Amino acid sequence: MKHRSALWFWVFVGPFAAGLALFTYVPLLWSVGLSFFDAQNTVTPTHFVGLDNYTAMLRDDAFRDSLKTFLVFTAFIVPTTYVVSLTLALMVNRVRWARAFFRSVFFLPAACSYVVAALVWKMSIFSGVRFGLANTVLGWFGTDSVAWLATPDPPWYWLVLITVRLWLQAGFYMILFLAGLQRIDPALYEAAAVDGARPGWTVLRHITLPQLRATSVAVVLLLVVNAFQAFDEFYNLLSDARGYPPYARPPLVYLYYTALGQGQNLGLGSAGAVILALVIAVVTVAQARWLKLGRTDADG
Amino acid sequence: MAVSRRGLLGAGAGVGLLAACGGNTGRGDGKGGTRLAQWYHQYGEAGTEQAVKRYAAGYDKADVSVQWRPGDYDRQTAAALLTDSGPDVFEGSPTLDQIQGGQVVDLTDLLDEVKDDFNPAVLTPKTYDGKIWGIPQVIDMQLLYYRKSLLKAAGVEPPTTLDALVDAAKRLTDSKVKGLFLGNDGGAGVLAGTPLNAAGLQLVTDDGKVGFDDPAAARTLGKLHHLYTDKSLLLGAPTDWSDPAAFLQGLTAMQWSGLWALPQISKELGDDFGVLPFPKDGPHGAPAVPVGAYGSAVSARSRHREAAKEYVKWLWVERTDHQEDFALSYGFHIPARVSLARKAAKLRSGPAADAVRLTTEHGHAQPLLWTPASQTAYQDALVRIIKGGANPESEVRAVVRKVGAELDRVKKKR
Repeated sequence: MKHRSALWFWVFVGPFAAGLALFTYVPLLWSVGLSFFDAQNTVTPTHFVGLDNYTAMLRDDAFRDSLKTFLVFTAFIVPTTYVVSLTLALMVNRVRWARAFFRSVFFLPAACSYVVAALVWKMSIFSGVRFGLANTVLGWFGTDSVAWLATPDPPWYWLVLITVRLWLQAGFYMILFLAGLQRIDPALYEAAAVDGARPGWTVLRHITLPQLRATSVAVVLLLVVNAFQAFDEFYNLLSDARGYPPYARPPLVYLYYTALGQGQNLGLGSAGAVILALVIAVVTVAQARWLKLGRTDADG
Repeated sequence: MAVSRRGLLGAGAGVGLLAACGGNTGRGDGKGGTRLAQWYHQYGEAGTEQAVKRYAAGYDKADVSVQWRPGDYDRQTAAALLTDSGPDVFEGSPTLDQIQGGQVVDLTDLLDEVKDDFNPAVLTPKTYDGKIWGIPQVIDMQLLYYRKSLLKAAGVEPPTTLDALVDAAKRLTDSKVKGLFLGNDGGAGVLAGTPLNAAGLQLVTDDGKVGFDDPAAARTLGKLHHLYTDKSLLLGAPTDWSDPAAFLQGLTAMQWSGLWALPQISKELGDDFGVLPFPKDGPHGAPAVPVGAYGSAVSARSRHREAAKEYVKWLWVERTDHQEDFALSYGFHIPARVSLARKAAKLRSGPAADAVRLTTEHGHAQPLLWTPASQTAYQDALVRIIKGGANPESEVRAVVRKVGAELDRVKKKR
């Protein structure tokens, strides 16, 4: 009987484990291996270069700039998404009628592809010509058209990048907050009301936010990791057939061009990927420790 | 050993599944003999795909399957050349790293008798160490289209110097029409080395050194920033420089685009347009136009290298009727063979004849030694100069250092 259940375990788990190993772990280990070789235009290099690719990547201004781009993006997107999704969750949680409708409306963008959304933003809403939606609205007020994605000063492209991601992901995090809100014991709010706490900011600050602590920690961690992995909207909004502007190039876009562009420097690209993975791991662990992720009150 | 019906069915299903997973890579031997996979990037002109499939179907020594590949074609081929499932024959411009890495096959012997008939402007960038790594298919070039009526209304002459271009773009700009469209990135991508050529400089010299370590480079590139600060440039158009839509829709009075756009512009604007090279700048400058050509190349990982070479020779060396048809019947290109270009009636009059003349007199091809890393460094600097107002001198100095290091790297591999 025990033997049979083990067999069924592997029947169901085996294909997924094999897929995971074949398409994730093997390429991952291969990539780490490549990072120590001169792997230009080859995935089976022979010339061992030690840490040369790592030092070259760390000295590369463009790679360091891409990390700065990520920091700016994170500084915008994490707090903005946090506030917007929490606000949406609080509003939807209070709604007394058509609750399912509002939840669906705000959640639906999460089902949309980043590529599709980026193209809608680029070609329809924030097109730089006078008949783009945003420019049409500006035109009503007699303002000149703005080349939203082509102007680094002022950096309007950030508005496009932030709004598209916000539209796509706020609904998902709203659902997480909604789940957290529904786990809060209503007796706490009743007790607060009895003690004279007025509904609004006081209750939010002293009851809702502390009760949502675990959810908030998870949301912030997910937001930071997702921001590090930003690629789709950056690439689809800002690249063209000839390249990509240096002023908004996040790390993954830079590594894509290094390893998979015509240069095909897979050694250098792999070194960059390892560095990026280490940065994400360090930031995530530090953040988790700082926010005391996984600890209960009893743990102190 | 007896095989049960269930076992036989299971084995059959397994084999079927494996076969389905394998797919048709276009490789291996078919019934009629050798099978070759040939890749083309997606051309915009109607009829081109059918034409190349018709040529392939007419080849009787191998079964050639044509793949028409949309998207980021150069990156697709670069990745495919690393694997055994890539194409046998592909159109593209083999990079120096691909040649030095042994990813493409030497095709020198295919041109033994006709090498002199191929336009040197496009054959030279396919040549390395005296060997030819791609057979040029057609010549493409870029040029400046201008709307005669708009220039006349503004009292502007077609610009022949870079200063005149900056001035004309400013005078042609109003609340609805911009003076000039150089692409949504302000020209950094498409112009590449053309402004340097217009200043009398090169990207890489004939003896393999950095060709723009000169004060003229910073002076010329700095002028492109004026176009941006004057708000004379169209930015954020629905389609990029390669599509003449912005020019045809009246969003811009002048547009930098390709020769391929000429038939469409001619059809919609009639005689109300002219073509110009990128105007000269400085005392040693000269007008410039970029020329380029995809070549037909053979993957070194092909299991049928000789058959693939034979096919390339048949298609792009022997069948001149196909070459002429491919260059002139669908889009608008200059045949890579000088003899074909000379006799093409479509290239003898009007702006088409001007374009051919500009190619001959002022054409510059991107040198093979100009690597993707050099291109990225230069293009980044150009974006910073044009849009960010970065100091051209320091930007050019940094690019010269980077390109110098790249040239040293590729020379070491020689």
